[in-house]
Amino acid sequence: MNMTPEEYNELTKQSSPRSPFIKDFLMAFAIGGLICALGQAIMMAYQSAGMTEEVSGSVTSVTLVFLSILLTGFNVYPKIAKFGGAGTLVPITGFANAVASPALEFKSEGLVLGLAAKMFVIAGPVIVYGTCASIVYGLIIYLFGLY
Amino acid sequence: MAKRKGTYTVVFDEPISVRASAAVGSKKESEGPIGHAFDVINEDDYFGEKTWEKAESRMQQTAIQTALDKAKYQPSDINCVFAGDLMNQCVGSTYGLRSFGIPFVGLFGACSTMAESLMAASVFLDSGAAGRAVACTSSHFCTAERQFRLPLEYGGQRTPTAQWTATAAGAAVLEKGDTPPFIHAATIGTIEDLGITDPNNMGAAMAPAAAATIKRFFDDTGTKPNDYDLVITGDLGKVGGTILRDLLRRDGYDLEHCQTDCGLMLYDLEKQDVHAGASGCGCSASVMCGHILPLMHAGQLHDILFIATGALMNTTVVQQGESIASIAHLVYLSSKKKGGLVS
Amino acid sequence: MTILIALLKAFLVGGLICAIGQIFIDYTKLTPARILTGYVVAGVILGGGGLYPKIVEFAGAGATVPLLGFGNTLAKGVREAIQEEGLLGVLTGGLGATAAGIAAAVFFSLIIALIFKPKSKS
Repeated sequence: MNMTPEEYNELTKQSSPRSPFIKDFLMAFAIGGLICALGQAIMMAYQSAGMTEEVSGSVTSVTLVFLSILLTGFNVYPKIAKFGGAGTLVPITGFANAVASPALEFKSEGLVLGLAAKMFVIAGPVIVYGTCASIVYGLIIYLFGLY
Repeated sequence: MAKRKGTYTVVFDEPISVRASAAVGSKKESEGPIGHAFDVINEDDYFGEKTWEKAESRMQQTAIQTALDKAKYQPSDINCVFAGDLMNQCVGSTYGLRSFGIPFVGLFGACSTMAESLMAASVFLDSGAAGRAVACTSSHFCTAERQFRLPLEYGGQRTPTAQWTATAAGAAVLEKGDTPPFIHAATIGTIEDLGITDPNNMGAAMAPAAAATIKRFFDDTGTKPNDYDLVITGDLGKVGGTILRDLLRRDGYDLEHCQTDCGLMLYDLEKQDVHAGASGCGCSASVMCGHILPLMHAGQLHDILFIATGALMNTTVVQQGESIASIAHLVYLSSKKKGGLVS
Repeated sequence: MTILIALLKAFLVGGLICAIGQIFIDYTKLTPARILTGYVVAGVILGGGGLYPKIVEFAGAGATVPLLGFGNTLAKGVREAIQEEGLLGVLTGGLGATAAGIAAAVFFSLIIALIFKPKSKS
């Protein structure tokens, strides 16, 4: 076959269907928006129960994390994610799903080397780069007295 | 003795008989268009086991046992088994076959394993190194997902070019005999790589390998696509199948009306939401062993080219930026022992 | 009425932030883990730069629930910790402020993983 990888790449592109972007975009908007609105409702409920804004924010995160992990256990979260795409990936519920799913999946290789060791196989980079970015930010504002 | 024809093709002097074959699948496979063709269906995709890996081993064991039962042979009647799968170190085969006590040759050809094992077994039989042999392979959606992609409970979207790994296994009992169909010739594939890096577009990655092998077989034998009832590729799916026909048209071979793909036959693409089709060793293994070989045995199909395609990468090299190297092996089967299209 | 408006704002802003993520999924080869990582780092930058707190003020959970908000919380935590503890706050602030979410994810994941059995997709 006399074909360069570049020519083949072009041929492949023509034959490979694209993701239905408009539909994906609207679904991500709707489902991501609903998860955020749910978060807002939970937060306001906590505030009306007397929590401060600061505390209610954290407790809302914990609540959403719990719900997401529970739905992961029941194998429901991936079913929503099939339609939600980024709408279920980007909220903190997506982060929680990324922690819970490998923990459940790799339980068969043991509680230490399976469940626990693989827990951050997807979400680990989020914590690594998030933390490091915040440290770099902290160093900058500390050195330049911007805090 | 087998002889070479042209540059790449091996022709068997006395064609090798497929004495019996069997296919094993799970729920999703039973709901597909050829669900009736499976010998054994277990709705529980754990197959009564505790882990997915054990489930896959159980499938291979069941497939071989069923094929032996149909052939009316004991494991001790078999001189050699050729088997492999997608899991690291082919543990599906080793642990599935450990209780049989049959001399074992482990193969890795990814999703091309069914054609590879048929081919290797035929050469052993032809040479007299074995009197009876078994070819077997399997794949399991869950073992493949957790090894190659993401945990099952992880929420993600599959792209339109993605294929669904079949939870299935197939086994065939081969011998020098008179039961149709017969393996007349084989073309061993070369490793092809045109730079595709997207693991969600395996069809596109493997199409060049299929095109190269098919072209060489036609060149070597002087036959044409329309001489055959069916040119059936392993698991190129919708995307890879289109590219394959396009590539071969450029080389002067028109497959438009005689080619189909195991990846398009196992599931209903729309209703079962499998995007570009099925994949995995068990896809072509179960379609061939459960559906095509029995049709040939019954005399409803006569001359078939079976080309199983495999992607030979692992996750480590793909993460290191390597493209997906592929292979395709071809086997020519006929319902007639004498007077095949190739001699 | 104010409740409805707050919910609507959270829906619209949160939905938009998520929908932007869909562009990365459909038009780039970025894997989910890369997109999540990008969102958190972007959240640190936007939070540190002072833009994101304004979005949080407007949209509430619409801005705090997406992972950009996680990054924003990291930046906010570092800033506040430096004010209280000086240089040590550079290290303690980020994880301290996000500890509730991370610890909850670890703990609940352990419990759920112990209880449930992995199931196949269909």
